[in-house]
Amino acid sequence: MSYISTLFPAYAEIFLLCMICVIMIVDSLLPSQTRTVTYLLTQVTLLGCSLITVATHTTGVAHLFTGMFVDDLMSDVLKLLTYLSVSMMLVYSRSYLIVRGLFTGELLSLTLTSTLGMLVMISASNFVTLYIGLEVLALSMYALVALQRDSAVATESAMKYFILGAMASGFLLYGMSMIYGGTGSLDIQTISNVIKAGQGNDMLLVFGLAFLVAGLAFKLGAVPFHMWVPDVYHGAPTAMTMFIGTAPKLAAFAFVMRILVEALQPMMIHWAGMLAVLAVLSMGVGNITAIAQTNIKRMFAYSTIAHMGFLLLGVLSGTLDGYSSAMFYAVIYVLMTLGGFGMIMLLSREGFEADNLNDFKGLNQRSPWLAFMMLLLMFSMAGVPPTVGFYAKFSVLNAALQAGHLTLVIAAVIFSLIGAFYYLRIVKLMYFDAPESHEKLYMQPDSTLLVSINGLAVLMLGIMPNTLMAICAASVQQSLLLP
Amino acid sequence: MNFETILFYFFAASVVFSALRVITARNPLHSVLFLVLAFVSSSGIWLLLEAEFLAIALVLVYVGAVMVLFLFVVMMLDINIEKLRKDFLQWLPAGALLATLIVVQMVWVLGDKAASAGMTAVKHAADYSNTKELGRLIYTDYVYPFELAAVLLLVAMVAAIALTFRRRRDSKRQDVSWQVNVKRNDRVRIISMPATKKNEVNGAAEAHTAD
Repeated sequence: MSYISTLFPAYAEIFLLCMICVIMIVDSLLPSQTRTVTYLLTQVTLLGCSLITVATHTTGVAHLFTGMFVDDLMSDVLKLLTYLSVSMMLVYSRSYLIVRGLFTGELLSLTLTSTLGMLVMISASNFVTLYIGLEVLALSMYALVALQRDSAVATESAMKYFILGAMASGFLLYGMSMIYGGTGSLDIQTISNVIKAGQGNDMLLVFGLAFLVAGLAFKLGAVPFHMWVPDVYHGAPTAMTMFIGTAPKLAAFAFVMRILVEALQPMMIHWAGMLAVLAVLSMGVGNITAIAQTNIKRMFAYSTIAHMGFLLLGVLSGTLDGYSSAMFYAVIYVLMTLGGFGMIMLLSREGFEADNLNDFKGLNQRSPWLAFMMLLLMFSMAGVPPTVGFYAKFSVLNAALQAGHLTLVIAAVIFSLIGAFYYLRIVKLMYFDAPESHEKLYMQPDSTLLVSINGLAVLMLGIMPNTLMAICAASVQQSLLLP
Repeated sequence: MNFETILFYFFAASVVFSALRVITARNPLHSVLFLVLAFVSSSGIWLLLEAEFLAIALVLVYVGAVMVLFLFVVMMLDINIEKLRKDFLQWLPAGALLATLIVVQMVWVLGDKAASAGMTAVKHAADYSNTKELGRLIYTDYVYPFELAAVLLLVAMVAAIALTFRRRRDSKRQDVSWQVNVKRNDRVRIISMPATKKNEVNGAAEAHTAD
């Protein structure tokens, strides 16, 4: 067997990288001002990647590149969802970006490079690959936020994102170097084995772990490392906010799983406590501060912080149920966020951003269907049955309860009750208030269709969550080699 | 205390001192020069660790290329250092408190016994080529992260071009192909104007004679 054919689990990444180069070249040769060809190529690339990922799926866990790369069910599932969410992001934001003159070849190719970074993170099994994947993702993201050069707010938020992101990377690197010092390896499997055998240097490990958790919390946007989230969400162009808030969260989930659960599982007593503090603070600060927001992007930022708290609650339970419900939560969170930001962009038009709560006033009179979709999304974010948000929250809480975290569960329920207020306020604005403008909505057919699918998916998954939950459970089980 | 230990402490002290000066120097140019000193001193530490290639690469790449670029940028920017320093004292107590806290915690956790226990560097023979070993590792075991690092550079390049290279409205750049391909309709606009009415002409003439 030739060397190339042994690389088949990584074909999706290789294909993506080749296509990025092709797209960059093709785009520079295209004369016209519209970027339709580049856009279609990008979508085709994402489709091709997903086909390859499905085709190269194997039932086992495969390690490649001397253990730097791992291919398991969790990575395959998360990769497929990443392609889907990047592709949805592009459909939602196309007309928004065209109107603002941001729909350039660079934007599309940077979107693809950040996708590559996410793929690398998702199937990394060595601290070196984890870190490089994270940097490829983060560097593309900083540039994407900064692309709107003429907007002072966007530049400012890109600057904040860059500086705080660099600091978080520093934290992570420092933590990783300490773990290396404590175990003598950067390989996730080896680290876990060394610690299990009791050969690690405990002090260095705990010291490194503290930095790792701080770095991860920065990247996830958990309190008290959340300062960048509202400013970046608010300042970035809405399409980029949507991008930051969706697919990278899947990669971040994989990142947390690979570092904390796979490599440092024996140190769970240490990190579970740290995550508990982060989770409670995130849910509290996120939900309470979101009430005071009048800008819907800022509100979503705080809501993200609260959702990340829930995700951490699932992870810290430390059981198969906990991990799979956290994965389920991450997927559902991405789905809801795509819909929410998609709605903002659908209501925006040239020279107008529908990012204030008042812009949603009386949406029911202007377009009952869109209002209904937004209602479903908001219900799901708040966790109202029968939408899927309820099931996601329920399964996380159930797992945490099973693991014996009663106080954390009570805190989580109280905070999500508080959180329900600001989601339901949007529903009230849409249905019971008079619209501020009667201007006719121009609805892009593709985005409208997608937002409908998105909203209905939130409802359907809520009624039938079992398949997705089973997939999540199976992938976590397989990648952690649990019985 | 042998000669190597003395050298190590010398370089370490130099790194710490110059790193401190980087952030406390009044003149940004001096900061850059102290950063150069910090790099050179740390490459000295790497030499002590027998990492010759890395030490030389640090000097060549960082000092030789990156810092020179930095110097140019700093010299071109007009930085008003006094304005930047205005709030320094205001934030000093909070920053100092935080820094002390972190240092105390680090000393407490790491202590004296933890870090150094049972870890000594392996000595290699004089003919051991660390450049060769590094090259071998990069192209075999670490080929995947190595290629990804190349992608990282590509991303940086695309980002830099996307952020800085754009057509400015006030630019006087000529686009030759556009000039050659120009059509008559792009330059000349033919407006059909109604022929002037007769009485208006008469009225104008009357007004003229009245003057």
